[in-house]
Amino acid sequence: MTTVLELRRHRELFTNLTLRELRGKYKRSVLGWGWSMINPLAQMAIFTLVFGFFLKVPPPTGDPSGMHVFAFFLLCGLLPWTFLSNGVTGGMGSLLANANLVKKVWFPRQILVASTIGGFSVSFLIELGVLTVALLIAGNMVVPWMVPLLGIVVLQVAFVLGLALALSVWNVYFRDLEYLVGIGLQFWFYATPIVYPMSFVDKALEGRPELLTLYRLNPMTRFAEVYRDLYYSLRWPTLADTSYLVACAVVSLVIGWVSFNRLQGRLAEEL
Amino acid sequence: MSEPAISVEHLSKRFRLYHDRNQSLKAAVMRGRRARYEEFWALRDVSLEIAEGVTYGFIGTNGSGKSTLLKCLARILEPDEGSSRTRGKVSALLELGAGFHPELSGRENVYLNGSILGMAKAELDRRFDDIVEFAGLERFIDTPVKNYSSGMYVRLGFSVAINVDPDILLVDEVLAVGDEQFQRRCNERFADLRAEGTTIVVVSHSLSSVQAICDEVAWLDDGILRETGPAGDVIDQYLLEVHQERSDGQAHATSGRWGSGEVTIDELEVLGADGRPLDLVRTGERITLRVRYSAAAPVAHPVFTLALHTLEGTLVTNPNTRDAGFHPEQVSGSGYLDLMVDQMPLLPGTYDLSGSITDSSGLHIFDHRHRALRFDVEAGARRDGSGLVTMNGRWAMTDPVRHGSAP
Repeated sequence: MTTVLELRRHRELFTNLTLRELRGKYKRSVLGWGWSMINPLAQMAIFTLVFGFFLKVPPPTGDPSGMHVFAFFLLCGLLPWTFLSNGVTGGMGSLLANANLVKKVWFPRQILVASTIGGFSVSFLIELGVLTVALLIAGNMVVPWMVPLLGIVVLQVAFVLGLALALSVWNVYFRDLEYLVGIGLQFWFYATPIVYPMSFVDKALEGRPELLTLYRLNPMTRFAEVYRDLYYSLRWPTLADTSYLVACAVVSLVIGWVSFNRLQGRLAEEL
Repeated sequence: MSEPAISVEHLSKRFRLYHDRNQSLKAAVMRGRRARYEEFWALRDVSLEIAEGVTYGFIGTNGSGKSTLLKCLARILEPDEGSSRTRGKVSALLELGAGFHPELSGRENVYLNGSILGMAKAELDRRFDDIVEFAGLERFIDTPVKNYSSGMYVRLGFSVAINVDPDILLVDEVLAVGDEQFQRRCNERFADLRAEGTTIVVVSHSLSSVQAICDEVAWLDDGILRETGPAGDVIDQYLLEVHQERSDGQAHATSGRWGSGEVTIDELEVLGADGRPLDLVRTGERITLRVRYSAAAPVAHPVFTLALHTLEGTLVTNPNTRDAGFHPEQVSGSGYLDLMVDQMPLLPGTYDLSGSITDSSGLHIFDHRHRALRFDVEAGARRDGSGLVTMNGRWAMTDPVRHGSAP
């Protein structure tokens, strides 16, 4: 039903809904936009304390950057993860949260999911901006890597959008999907090298190449690695990783789009 | 005639009635299949066309499918069979202020709501002052809407929706918002839109407002299209049938009767100056309209209403005791109430008299007798052209010399 053309006609609605997400979220709270920073900072503090200090997870040394700071190593993987986690949770709930609109006004419903992801993308970009400044202060010359990083961000936005599109319609038919996804995300978090380096996994799965391949099928593993390549180690990611991510983004988007269009017919009735 | 603004072809819509409204994966896994449900057809094979510029009404009892049809036109629901096509920009007034964000200011919400309804930013910039003025919220436009009263909220929502400049406007029971002044402005705006050639589709339970604003009407009954045509005709047929059903066949063919029956109207009478019933009334004559009622137990503060309709269904007048400031304390036993008319203003024709008794809120109907009495009016002593009523005016001229005689 919904064509790309119709989406184009409603791009202002997308902008306005995204702004609503952003404004609504922090308006009239004491710290306002500060909250979008405090959450990742608190997480970073906790993980650094637990994994960097108590468990003594050694951060890898950036090659060629020579960086060796657990907090930065962590953030390069944690920020993309937080975006995925927020985007999937928020995006999949966006139809239910806007049930009132869906039942009363027609517009391409994808926009609701997309604008939620849009809001989180803006937060994500701001967080990355702060990380960039922090890395520069710490002596990592990340400026030339900002453009390729943006490219990866685009891929990840597409990947998350696809997931959220598919999950959002399913969530209308099965309301407890949200909890299931919540649990899934926890597994996924620890199945991704965020609080530990990839070298741990390589060592643990030595001699089990099939398990290692399985581990590396996880798109978030590749995302974390690529973000770290660019911002922590200051080097180009491998072509294999990048093309795998492109494929993941495309597949996710196609699956999301197709399932959304197939299932959206009875949305107004089921909500 | 040009292409219709809306055309509906063999449209059917099926709803699912879930036996256990438990939409969860857990439940689905436990059962080994998806929720059990029964299907029923909310709309069955509906076909109609609405010409451009027409104000069209959908009527029918609760659950007849009229709102479903409107939602199909608005694309909110997808038909299971058949199709509906609309030409031009559609705006649906299904709920006012849908999508307002309570934390955002009135201004931000106008832009947000406007774009939900499909307005471009430039257009909104242009219309912004109109919208705010129409809603009468100039002073509060930068206040978060969560601090608005419900009236302000609805007014702002209405104001945005009505300023979208749609080609087709779909309205569901939202005509009655705000105070009287706002109501009047809404009606003016509707009139403007109609004059501009906007096609308007209205769903309403208020037959009188449908009759007042609609050119044509479609009558839906249990999801099936019963009748389409000029508003007066279809509404008459509808009233006839619906009220006949409720009155268990005791009323005669041209009338209907409904109500809870604490007080009943036994008879409506037209009496002449001598107090005798008339079956022929002359324009300008002194008459009395009498409502004979009986109440088994005392009923406090009843409101009596009379209505005169032409045979075509046009409402001529609708006097009631409450508006006239006449407040009977209570009624009990049998009695009658008179409406005395010194000079009967109706011009020659055939008219139907309806009567009803309601509680003081007007919402609870004790007894309504629709078109219970039909009478003819003949020309009286004075003649006053054609039409429905005479104003009993006198012609006069200030300068008889200049205009006095024809050359």
